[in-house]
Amino acid sequence: MFNQLFPNVDWVKMWEATYETLYMTIISTGVTFVLGLAIGILLFLTSPHQIWANKIVNLLTGSLVNIFRSIPFIVLIILLIPFTKFLLGTIRGVEAALPALIIGAAPFYARLVLIALREIDKGVIEAARSMGAKTSTIIWKVLIPESMPALLSGITVTAVALVGYTAMAGIIGAGGLGNLAFIDGFQRSREDVTLTATIVILIIVFILQFIGDFITTKTDKR
Amino acid sequence: MIRLKDISKIYKTKNGEITAVKDVNLSINKGEIFGIIGYSGAGKSTMIRLLNGLEKPSSGTVEVNGQQISSATGTQLRQARQKISMIFQHFNLLWSRTVADNIAFPLEIAGVPKAEREKRVGELINLVGLSGRENAYPSQLSGGQKQRVGIARALANNPEVLLCDEATSALDPETTDAILELLLDINKRLGLTIVLITHEMHVIRKICDRVAVMEAGQVVESGEVLQVFQNPQAEITKNFVMQVSGTKESKESIEQILVNYPTGKIVKLTFIGNKTEQPVISQIIKEFDVEVNIVHGNITQTTSGPYGTLIVQIDGKPNQVEQAFKLLETREIQAEVIDHV
Repeated sequence: MFNQLFPNVDWVKMWEATYETLYMTIISTGVTFVLGLAIGILLFLTSPHQIWANKIVNLLTGSLVNIFRSIPFIVLIILLIPFTKFLLGTIRGVEAALPALIIGAAPFYARLVLIALREIDKGVIEAARSMGAKTSTIIWKVLIPESMPALLSGITVTAVALVGYTAMAGIIGAGGLGNLAFIDGFQRSREDVTLTATIVILIIVFILQFIGDFITTKTDKR
Repeated sequence: MIRLKDISKIYKTKNGEITAVKDVNLSINKGEIFGIIGYSGAGKSTMIRLLNGLEKPSSGTVEVNGQQISSATGTQLRQARQKISMIFQHFNLLWSRTVADNIAFPLEIAGVPKAEREKRVGELINLVGLSGRENAYPSQLSGGQKQRVGIARALANNPEVLLCDEATSALDPETTDAILELLLDINKRLGLTIVLITHEMHVIRKICDRVAVMEAGQVVESGEVLQVFQNPQAEITKNFVMQVSGTKESKESIEQILVNYPTGKIVKLTFIGNKTEQPVISQIIKEFDVEVNIVHGNITQTTSGPYGTLIVQIDGKPNQVEQAFKLLETREIQAEVIDHV
């Protein structure tokens, strides 16, 4: 029945493309989480009245974040071609999409991290300081655990956005479901391939959202 | 134990400088409960934060337990803070940690090994009366229970000083009393020096040995609680004393009586210590030809003894009234004639 409804779909290729999309999404989400968290924490701690209050560092980091967040992703990929080539020696394939995906998503996530950290009760940080906590202790034992639900829902939103980014990266040759839908589906007028790729992407997004929501609720003890 | 010398704290803002604390000199003895009272904006939050270095003075020195806090930085300051604990108006517990883990937090900071941490947490939970709630999260606790966790957490590293930042201001009256009892108990049992700030005279009278009254960044009055109650000097202190003696409410009735009985004298009698137990009123009535009308009466317990106020109207022939006054004087009772409100 499947073959009648989707006559042109090559299921092996479809599975391969799904694997590539998942690979790009998972790796870039993982790196974005770490990088975005680090940048977000730096932004937070250097903002006025915080432990590392520093106008220059704050302004510089904030500007970089804003610049990379403002460049449309499709333009960013093209801008980063020389960088990717320098880094990996090629601009084709799944790996080649990762630098652009991470550089596009990390500043976005850093902003979400900053919002999450600002929501933390100032009194809790003051309490930790009054106990004689070091800044590293405050980061690991207060800032991150106390903002965990918001950090997790933020990374869920980012991961979903990254699925969309991988599809865009696919169009310029990174592989994955976006690539399949464009090359196999659109350019060869095989609507059933485009439709199937879309459905698979939707399923991935739903699953990501479900997992994200589930873990967020689990960690929230407020 | 604690010595503040010529302390001033000035904040620089866009709209100029704000003086939060001005020329404060204060010393607090080991083992006493010292209260700082003032309305919001009086500078008491800044004052208490000077004691653990969360705020640095613009000028002057802060010495706690032999260490100069005002000039300490880095590791030295962090180690000093482990012996100067603090509890807060809004408790400031970590919602992501259970009761036991919240209490263990300062022990983790101090680098206490896990087995020892667990043992200490167990003791503290018993001390503050939270047995059975170890694994609850703060969101599952009432305000009073949260403050108990805050107190246990503050005591974890065996501090020398406990700072209380409006610790009972977010609690209902009954819970307030229970928490104050707990603080008094800890003070007696562990010999801990407690410094608290509050805007409620009730807290001062209930547990403090000495009090400082703050207004606009300055200490306007300080001394033994009972003395300050008996003989408040500054206008603001009088207001605070009225909070607990209940004389504020009787203002209207006094006004009414002044209008209705222009001949008599309204007198406010203040008793302290065991003088509160003397039957002076019946003596006056028996010995002199006067009428006595009771307007308001109140006895307040403080840690250093009872303190009573009685407002009466005394009417009669002028020489009789005068003699009644003399009797009161011989009994060492303060009598103050109120001729306007």
